[in-house]
Parts: sequence; structure tokens; C-alpha cells
Amino acid sequence: MIEELIVSGRMNPEIDPHLHAWPWYVPTDLFLAALVAGILIFSAFLTLHGKENEFPAAVKRAPLFAPFLLGIALLLLFLDLSHKLYFWQLYTNIRWESPMSWGSWTYLFITPLSVLWAAIHIQDVFPNLDLKFSWLKESIEWLKTYKKVLAGIIILLAITLGMYTGILLSAFNARPLWNSAILGPLFLTSGLTTATAVVLLLKPNEKEERRFIVLMLIFAGIQIFLLIHMIMGYLAGTQVHIEAARLLLGGEYTTSFWVFAFGFGLVLPVVLQLLKLNGSKIPVTVPAVLIIVGGLLLRLIIVEAGQASRWLY
Amino acid sequence: MRYAMAIDTKKCVGCSDCVVACQTENNVPIGYCRDWVIEATTGTYPDLSLEFRSERCNHCSNAPCVRCCPTEASHVVNGGIVLVDHNECIGCKACIESCPYDARFVHPEGYVDKCTFCIHRVEKGENPACVNVCPTKCMYFGDTDDSNSEISKILKKRKWKTLIPEAGTDPNIYYLI
Ligand code: SF4
Ligand code: SF4
Repeated sequence: MIEELIVSGRMNPEIDPHLHAWPWYVPTDLFLAALVAGILIFSAFLTLHGKENEFPAAVKRAPLFAPFLLGIALLLLFLDLSHKLYFWQLYTNIRWESPMSWGSWTYLFITPLSVLWAAIHIQDVFPNLDLKFSWLKESIEWLKTYKKVLAGIIILLAITLGMYTGILLSAFNARPLWNSAILGPLFLTSGLTTATAVVLLLKPNEKEERRFIVLMLIFAGIQIFLLIHMIMGYLAGTQVHIEAARLLLGGEYTTSFWVFAFGFGLVLPVVLQLLKLNGSKIPVTVPAVLIIVGGLLLRLIIVEAGQASRWLY
Repeated sequence: MRYAMAIDTKKCVGCSDCVVACQTENNVPIGYCRDWVIEATTGTYPDLSLEFRSERCNHCSNAPCVRCCPTEASHVVNGGIVLVDHNECIGCKACIESCPYDARFVHPEGYVDKCTFCIHRVEKGENPACVNVCPTKCMYFGDTDDSNSEISKILKKRKWKTLIPEAGTDPNIYYLI
């Protein structure tokens, strides 16, 4: 066996001893963006199918959080920039090859649309709310006439946003642990799973709760399948991908990934929801919170471990 | 025109003069470096071999750092030199993540920085500072598109390798072995 020992004279901060250019801001941003994507997809999809009144928590209540969550996500992205005063340069270029570029353009369009979408529903959630200005009331009424068109555009943009959170990472060939085409669908699915959890926390009616528990089980199941598939893909790949997978299979991130993100964040809530569907009196908040925390942990671990994975030379 | 560098690993003694020359020439802040020297010990005891390599940005012909940059701050100029425009860089660090050689870093002023092949000298017909200062004269800089250049000739004569060519970046620093 050939062994190589490398002693490097390079000592650049955040690069050595291993890359740490993206701290917690970026994974948290990716988590929030995918969560909002999930919330908007459910709300818009059910609207297109005329189910607004059957699913009030998903269609009307959850989207009220979307603009705030997107605002936090954007703030985190901004905080992560090290040359902040030049951030506007993002919007003087469109670069299709750069996921960072089309991601920021997606943010630019979906953020105001999420505000409009929330505005359409605010009076349904707070019937006593006095909007004060008549022009505001009229504009909202006018917007409502275009609800289905808006829903269609929002679905497309939300899918793009959810996929972007994974593709941003998977486009980096230099970080083997991120370099999997499964990461885009995985993060989108995780966004949908966490969105079902948010809906379950917003006091859905009995029928809605049952439906969203089933949806959570479906998306969590797909997520488990994709995760295992991704790791099997690495193990069937090149030496660098095998080394990358080892970070999660016996390496530094094994416990945090399998026990916390996978065990407590995915498998346990699935088991609890199955028990609940079979009549156990488990408060729905427990699996819902576990799923949300698990979604955040998944991003934190994948971003951190990805930066620790590298090409061997 | 295609600027490239060939570095003779048989002559390099790992003195790090190239690192200091770059820091002085380009005002690289203390604690940072645009080029660095590594010692790679390969093999299993007692059959070991030692290689010194002076490393820096490979000015890749297929540069992922340029592709992933959302603002075009990372760009390619004449001769294939990859540069960062400080006033266009927002510091998103996507390029840092994309470089398999970890050749980039965030300058204390916020923008991303890396080796420029000393373009300010090259434009005047001079060699990069690291090449000039090397006491063993182990570095060659020039145009590989010109078959009569010193670097083209040495690459024809000697065996060489590039670093992780399987990453698909098409690097332009050649190591003579
Ligand atoms: S070595 Fe890294 S920074 Fe330099 S051109 Fe290649 S990918 Fe870009
Ligand atoms: S940090 Fe600067 S040079 Fe690098 S990708 Fe972002 S904007 Fe481009």
C-alpha cells in the first residue's frame, strides 16, 4: 500500500487545516429556503386544486410565515458575505453556470411574491384585522382575482428554490461529499417534510392533521430512501467519494449524522407518527419539532462534512 | 497564448523563498499566502520518497472558480490567467469551495484573493516574482502555445505531472518528476 504524508506550509485561515469558508449561516439559509419552498408548494398546490377551505393551516396560515423566514434566510446570506458593500453586484449579472447566481435571482422574485401570497391570506387568518387604507384593501381584492396564476408561478419558483439549496452544493466537484446529483431532490424533499411539520404545528383541523401526518410519512420515507441511495452511490464511486462517505460511516460526523439527524430527526418522528395514526396519544408537536430540528441538522452536517471532504493528493 | 509554469521537483529544496517573494511582491497580508510549499512523503517505510512542491493557483483551463462566480469577479484574461476583480467580488466564497486545490482565501479586506501569476510583471515581459527569486532556478514560466518557449521545450524533454487532473480542471502548473 502506498501511503502519503503531506506537510504543508500553507496556513491560510478558514482554509487550513481543513476548509471552513462557510460557517453556520449558509446551511441555516439553505434549511430556511427549502422550508419556505415546501410551505409555498403546499399552499399553492392546494389552492390550484380548490382546497383552500379544507386545508386552512397549509393554505392560509403557514404562508404567513414565508416572508419572515425568507427575510431571515436573506439576512443570513448577506451576513455570510465577506465583501458586503458590493452585494449589489449579484444583480448586475445573470450567470446560468453559477447556482449562486440563479439562486439569488430566484430569491429576488420569490420574496415579493411570498409577501403578496401572505397578503392574500392575512384577512382569512385574522378576520378582525383592520387594514386601514382602502387602497390596500382594494389591491388585495384585485390580487385575489389572480390567485391561481400567482399560485402557478409560486410553485415553479418554489421548486427552483428548493432544488437550488441542494444544487448549490452538488455543483462543487471539488467537495466530493456534495458532489451527488441526489442532493437537489434530497433537500427539496427535506423542505417538503419540514413544511408538513410546520403545518402540523399550526393547529390544523382533524382531517387536515391526518392528511399532513400521512404526507410527512411519505416525504420522510422518500428522504430516507434518497439519503441511503446517496451514500450507496458514494460507496460505489471513486476513491475520493468512498473517502467522503467514510466521514459519515465511522468518521468524524458519524454520530451527529446517524444518531441526531437521521435517528432523532427522521426515523423517530416517523415511528411516532405511525403510532399516532394507530391510535396512540402522542402530541403532534413532538414529531413535528423533531422533523424541523432534524432538517436543520441535516444541512449543518452536510455543509460541514462536505467542506472536510477533499480530493486526495 | 497560454501561460503556464513548470516546477522541477528534483531541484526544489523546499526553502520557501518563492512564498516570501510573493508575499513581498504582492503585499500579501501577514498570516496569508498565495503560494506555499508542501513536503509529500510517499511509500511505506523503509521505501520512502520525498517530494517538495511549490504550489499555487493552477490557472486552470477549465476553472470551476470562474464558472461558479455569480458576479463575474472571477474571470480569465489574455493568456489564460485567472484573476479576481476586487470591486466585483461580494465575498460569497463559492469560488473557495469550488477550488479542489484550496488556492483561494478571503483577504482581510473582504474580497477573495489568490495568485495572479504576477500579471503586473508578466505584462512587462518579466517573470513572476517566485520564478525570479528561486535559488535553485527550478521554476519555468512561459507560453505553452509557443513551441519554441523554454517551458514548451522542457515539457517536451522531461516527464511531468499535474495535480489531480482527474478533477477535470485542466491545470497549468506542471511538476517535473
Ligand atoms: S487552481 Fe483553483 S483558484 Fe486557481 S483556477 Fe484552478 S480552480 Fe480556480
Ligand atoms: S467570493 Fe468573489 S470571486 Fe469568489 S465566487 Fe464570490 S463573488 Fe466570485
